[in-house]
Amino acid sequence: MTKTTGTNTARGVALRLEGVRRVFENSLAVIEGMDLAIDAGEFLAVLGPSGCGKSTLLRMIARLSAPDGGRIVTEPEHSQVAFVFQDAHLLPWRTVLANTVLPLELMGLGREERRTKARAVLDQVGLAEAEARYPAQLSGGMRMRVSLARALVTEPRLLLLDEPFAALDEITRFNLEVQLRDLWQRRGMTVIFVTHSISEAAFLANRAVVLARRGGKIRLDRHIGLPPERSNDLRSDPRLGQEMKLLMGAMEEE
Amino acid sequence: MKKFLPPLIPLVVIALTAEVTVRSGAVPSYLVPAPSAVLRALLDSRDELAAAMAKTSAAALIGFALSTLTGVAIAVLLSSSRAIQRAFYPYAVFFQTVPIIAIAPLLVIWFGYGMKTVIASAFIVSIFPVIANTLTGLLSTDPALRDLFRLYGASPGVTLVKLRFPAALPQILTGLRVASGLAVIGAIVGEFIGGQGLGSVVDVARTQQRVDKVYAAVLLASALGLALFGLINLISALTLRRWHASEATIE
Ligand SMILES: Nc1ncnc2c1ncn2[C@@H]1O[C@H](COP(=O)(O)OP(=O)(O)OP(=O)(O)O)[C@@H](O)[C@H]1O
Ligand SMILES: [Mg+2]
Repeated sequence: MTKTTGTNTARGVALRLEGVRRVFENSLAVIEGMDLAIDAGEFLAVLGPSGCGKSTLLRMIARLSAPDGGRIVTEPEHSQVAFVFQDAHLLPWRTVLANTVLPLELMGLGREERRTKARAVLDQVGLAEAEARYPAQLSGGMRMRVSLARALVTEPRLLLLDEPFAALDEITRFNLEVQLRDLWQRRGMTVIFVTHSISEAAFLANRAVVLARRGGKIRLDRHIGLPPERSNDLRSDPRLGQEMKLLMGAMEEE
Repeated sequence: MKKFLPPLIPLVVIALTAEVTVRSGAVPSYLVPAPSAVLRALLDSRDELAAAMAKTSAAALIGFALSTLTGVAIAVLLSSSRAIQRAFYPYAVFFQTVPIIAIAPLLVIWFGYGMKTVIASAFIVSIFPVIANTLTGLLSTDPALRDLFRLYGASPGVTLVKLRFPAALPQILTGLRVASGLAVIGAIVGEFIGGQGLGSVVDVARTQQRVDKVYAAVLLASALGLALFGLINLISALTLRRWHASEATIE
């Protein structure tokens, strides 16, 4: 679990944003004329200052809100989307297993089938032992892993994460990052990961996009040239430092 | 037992002080009866008081049950649309401000003397906190969870049953806790005019200058209120046991 290997072989464009615009009442456009193509199987990190429209972007991609202009084209096989929020947002009256089963339950799957699938993902995130516990009985890191399991249980082709690890302590965060990267490689899904953390973006992603403070302008769109195996050893690697420096440069120019 | 000891101490101290004060003649016994006299009244009139207590309990419980069911249903309706809420919520507030003493005679005209009037009074007085708390609970669902349900195509009905209602439970139970006390008050007020139960005992004993009996009846009414409150707390503790440490404790 500390080391991940292999590469994603999925190809082709998964998602394309064309001149996307989003305006909220009585305000300037939060996102204006955004063009972005995301390849299938890509691990994309989206960085940018607070309030620049990262969450707004993710919500539009998930079709939880509609753009006011332009369009978002999704490959049909990528229409199965999952969303992970900054906090775990579990249902406190449901056990770990019952929380994990929820998406399948809402989609109308049979009881046995959804339980089998949920147990399989819980096993993947290392929570098989905790399936009967309630959220109040879990640590923050465990809660976030349940949240991750709930997102993965539908076997989504596209996984959207909005600062999922921001509220966790560093060691927990480090381990979850390695775990997420591992899951991504095994499942060959497309990941869009919003974060404030430059080190997190550089460590996790294959590609990073830095947004400007206003209008969702893309300041930097960079392929992260790090080896596909990302273990915790990489954290002290000078190549990671190099990538972080470049991202930081783009964050600072304003 | 440790839990019941602290509130018992002030009770004993106050009762003893009252006993001594009344016996010494500092306060005339037609204003405040000695606790021993109240106890004697409780024993002497135990059949009459037990029957009255049963009637009051039944009326308060039925009124409370009705306001729980109707109140939750009204709140669900109000929460379903902004427009409905704007149009009808002001009328729900009416229940909170209605002076029950003033309209109780009206209830007698509508429902006659007896149980129906008493139940109606308990119901009217206790429904508002149920509506208000349930509505607040239903409207404050975590937006991220609402998004999650939308993402997986949950219908409004499914979202209500699997998310909004259970998420509102702590709030609903808070409303029920307030409503339980009010239902007892409403029942007693209804009985003053509707003529039965503990309210009627108080009314009759007052005209007979039987202050001890008035106190005995009032004591029983309070006990009824406490019992209902305790029942809600028990239900609350059982249902919310798993949620958070803070919400599961009995206040
Ligand atoms: N529902 C809304 N109504 C009005 N304005 C909104 C709404 N949602 C977001 N905004 C505004 O749009 C801008 C971008 O918000 P968004 O949440 O996308 O930023 P963000 O990049 O995710 O910020 P953070 O890093 O702090 O999470 C902000 O100025 C915010 O005030
Ligand atoms: Mg955000």
